Order: sequence, then C-alpha cells, then structure tokens
Amino acid sequence: MSVDDRFVRDFREGQEEPLGTRSEIITGPVSDWASDFSHLEPEWAADPYPIQDELRARCPIAHTERFGGGWLPTRYEDVAAIAYDTEHFSSRAIIMSNYRPPRDIAPVGAVPPISSDPPFHHDARKLLLPAFTKKEVAKREEAARAFCHSLIDGFEGAEIVDAARDYAQHIPMRVISDMLGFPPEDGPRFREFVEHALEGVNLPPEQRVANMGELFDYLLEQIRDHVASPRDDLTTYLIEAELYGRKLEPSHVAGTMALLLIAGIDTTWSAIGASLWHLAKTPADRERLVAEPGLLPTAMEEFLRAYAPVTMARLVKEDIHWRGADMKADDWVLVSFPAANRDPAQFDRADEVIIDREINRHAAFGLGIHRCVGSHLARMELRVALEVWLERVPVFGLADPSAVTWAPGQVRGPRTLPLRIG
Amino acid sequence: MKVQIDPARCQGHGRCYDLSPDLFTEDDEGYGQVVGDGVVPPGGERAARVAVSNCPEKAIVLVEEA
Ligand code: HEM
Ligand code: SF4
Repeated sequence: MSVDDRFVRDFREGQEEPLGTRSEIITGPVSDWASDFSHLEPEWAADPYPIQDELRARCPIAHTERFGGGWLPTRYEDVAAIAYDTEHFSSRAIIMSNYRPPRDIAPVGAVPPISSDPPFHHDARKLLLPAFTKKEVAKREEAARAFCHSLIDGFEGAEIVDAARDYAQHIPMRVISDMLGFPPEDGPRFREFVEHALEGVNLPPEQRVANMGELFDYLLEQIRDHVASPRDDLTTYLIEAELYGRKLEPSHVAGTMALLLIAGIDTTWSAIGASLWHLAKTPADRERLVAEPGLLPTAMEEFLRAYAPVTMARLVKEDIHWRGADMKADDWVLVSFPAANRDPAQFDRADEVIIDREINRHAAFGLGIHRCVGSHLARMELRVALEVWLERVPVFGLADPSAVTWAPGQVRGPRTLPLRIG
Repeated sequence: MKVQIDPARCQGHGRCYDLSPDLFTEDDEGYGQVVGDGVVPPGGERAARVAVSNCPEKAIVLVEEA
C-alpha cells in the first residue's frame, strides 16, 4: 500500500496567489434600491421583503454599481431561469463580493460542487449524494433529538433565552461536525469561519484572504489527522474518494469540506431561528402547532418559503442582453430564492405565512443542478429542532422585539433572538 | 391514472416521496422513483396531485388513462 502523501505538504504552498479582479469596496446607505442595491446594508438585513416586493412591482431586475457591478432579479420566473441557465451564468463564484476569481478556476472552482459548472459539477456532486439521502440522514435523527433536549435542559431556571445563540446555532454545528468527524468542542471556531466567509464580504481583501487561510489551516489539520487514523466519516470518505480513476486533488478534498462546514451551519441555524421567531410573534400559529404536531412538516415548508435563508450568486459569462437587462461579462447576479418565494405570480397570498399551505412549490433549496445536497439533512434538523422546542417550551414570546438582530448578506436569519420562556 | 417522473428534470428534492410515500420512493442518490409501475390505486388520486403540485422542478407527469 502506498502512503497517501497528498496532504504532507500544504497544498497551497507554491500555488500562486490567483489573480482574479478586485473592485472598489462601496458601503453606506443605499440611494435607490433599483440602481444601487446592497444586501449588506442594515436596512436589508432588518427586513428585505418590502424592498424586494417594491422592486418586483416596478423593476423587476435591479442593478448596482457596488461589488464591481451586479443584478438582482426578483420574480420567480427570472430567478428560476437563471438557476437553470448554466450556459450563460457561471457558479465559479457564488458569494457576491469585491473579488472575482480568475476564469480558469472554472469548471471546478474553490469549493466543489457549489462552485462548479458542468460537466465537472455533476461528478463532484455525485460523490456527495449517497451520504445525504433522506434514508441516510434519518440515521442521525435520534442523536440530533437527544442533543436538542440537552440544549433545552440547559435553559433550566432561565426566564429569557437567546434562541439563536443558545439553541438554533448549535444543532447544525453538532450534526455536521459529527458527519465530518471533527471534535465537537470546536463548534465556536466554526461560527467564526461561517461569519468570515459569509458576512465579512466587505472587509479589505488581505483580511478576507487571512480569514479563509485560517479555515483551510483548520481543515488541513483535520485531514492529516484522518490520514493518520481513518474513520467512518465524511472526511475519510473524501480522502479515499476517486474521480476519473484517481484520488481527488487535495484542494478538492479541502474545498468540499469547507463547503459542507459553511453551507451546513449558517443556513440551518437561520431556518430554525426564523421559524422560532415567527412562532414567538404569532401566538395563533404557535398554539395550533402545539395542538396539532402533525401539521409541523407542512408548516415547516411554509417557513422555508416565507423566510428562505439562502441567496446564491452567479457570474455572467459573456455580455448578454437578458430580459431587458444589459448584463456585462463578469457582472454578478444575485439569485434571490427568497424573493422568488414571495412572488404573487407564483404563490397565492405570497406575503402571508399560511402554516397549512398545501401547494408550496418553493425554491428555498434552489432549483436545477445545484439543488441543495443537504436539503434532506436540513429538513430533518429543522423538524427535530422545532418538535423538541414545541414539546418542551410550548409557551414563548419575543422578550424584546427591538433586540432581535439578523445576519446581513446572502444567508439571512436571526443572530440574536431573546425569547421569554418562563 | 399513472404517475411518471421525468429523470431529466428531477433533482432529488424529495417532495414526492415525503408527501406521497405510497406512490414515490428514492433511489440511492435521492432522486425520485415511482413505486412499481406508477399506477395510482383507487383513492390515491389526491396524493398524486399533491406530489405533482409540490415538485419544485415540475418533474412529475400525471397520465390520465382513458
Ligand atoms: C435550511 C437549510 C439550507 C438551505 C435553505 C440551503 C439552501 C441551499 C441552496 C439555495 C443551494 C443552491 C445553491 C446554488 O444554486 O448555487 C444549496 C446548495 C448546497 N447546499 Fe444547502 N441549504 C441548507 C442546508 C444545507 C446543509 C445542512 C448542507 C450540508 C451539510 C448543505 C449543503 C449544500 C451543498 C453541498 C450545496 C451545493 C450543491 C451543488 O452545488 O450541487 N446545505 N443550499
Ligand atoms: S419532488 Fe420532483 S424533483 Fe423532487 S424527487 Fe420528486 S420528482 Fe424529483
């Protein structure tokens, strides 16, 4: 047996700093949402829906000069068309920022498969699918449920708890670190990695590079530990996995691990938090779900529709006149699944949360070839988190509505959520 | 009545086998599959329509037999 020496050297050594292009960082109040939008400003983080509704009615594809130029479609039809059109829109970067990676990074990208384009995308994705089926993730339900109970045990005696910080965030962190085989006590570091990747978008480039460096240092440490002592987990699986008859490139192994860590945590944390926020401020829905637990799977889909946490980005491949917008090569497009989910042309009473909505063809997990690989896992976590909460804490409300804060950027959910439970 | 899944459109969201497990199941990668020959048993029409109208990719086809 030959020794796996792919990870002995740091795979980043000797690699040239990828060139790419940088644009000027522009922050500050938005003058006009149709021509200067920014999903990183506090107004958007606090409540993006009226902004999206207004743009959908009057625009419907907004533009900005920020981030070196970008577009924001708000109709379901346009969002779906872009998600399906991998010929004109590339996933080589999916977080809208002031840095565009060089074109030759496609079709693999930094964090496959989310950063990959066809045909490579299909093969990188296929590697992950078997571990994330509904049947496979069901095996983790019992442990997830016990963990949720232990978090609530920790509330003992408290009248006010922070449901985002003390409950929602821990659940996906624990689940994904178990799946990857990372030490559970590293949770707080994951939070930092997530914030750096998704919210630190307008930081100076040197700072962003240093932040990503820390994440990859951590992953390399975990990989080396798994090379030395292989286990039955996703890290060992990725180290052993083969594509086209060869083991994966070290950067592919680490990139996919980074993706699973980032995509697995923030998103589900946001979905759990937003659902609890809704129930805390809507006693009728809370009481109905406590009385009719069988309705939860239906209600959960409605929370995912109305408070869809995830927006993805694409880069325009070549200049194109697209449905009235003059898109230039390398312009960003924000693929706003949240805005699509509130389009009245697609959903009856789109702006209302109807917990027994029976027809709910929402796009919270994306559309087309990049459909969230973790959707079955996320649904299991969300259902279990809400079931345990409602069973243990059937009566709760917002302790201080003005103290609730929401994460800015492409993954949106409550980050501070004080609830009165006593 | 019969249900079919268009494999070119299905992306494995799993709404069909979540909502109507008598008619749909998953393969080893999470893509939807019809159970058996896809013939909807008497009384299963509603479950079939619920699956059709919740599939995000519009991948499920209902074939009404004469
Ligand atoms: C409620 C929670 C979640 C939401 C709303 C969500 C949403 C999304 C969306 C919208 C995409 C499509 C990206 C695109 O079109 O570019 C996506 C992709 C992805 N998600 Fe999730 N996600 C969630 C949880 C998770 C979890 C728990 C994991 C795994 C641990 C995960 C792993 C992934 C991966 C690997 C992809 C890339 C798929 C591909 O490119 O083929 N997600 N997610
Ligand atoms: S709901 Fe649609 S996309 Fe999802 S598995 Fe079923 S057929 Fe496929």
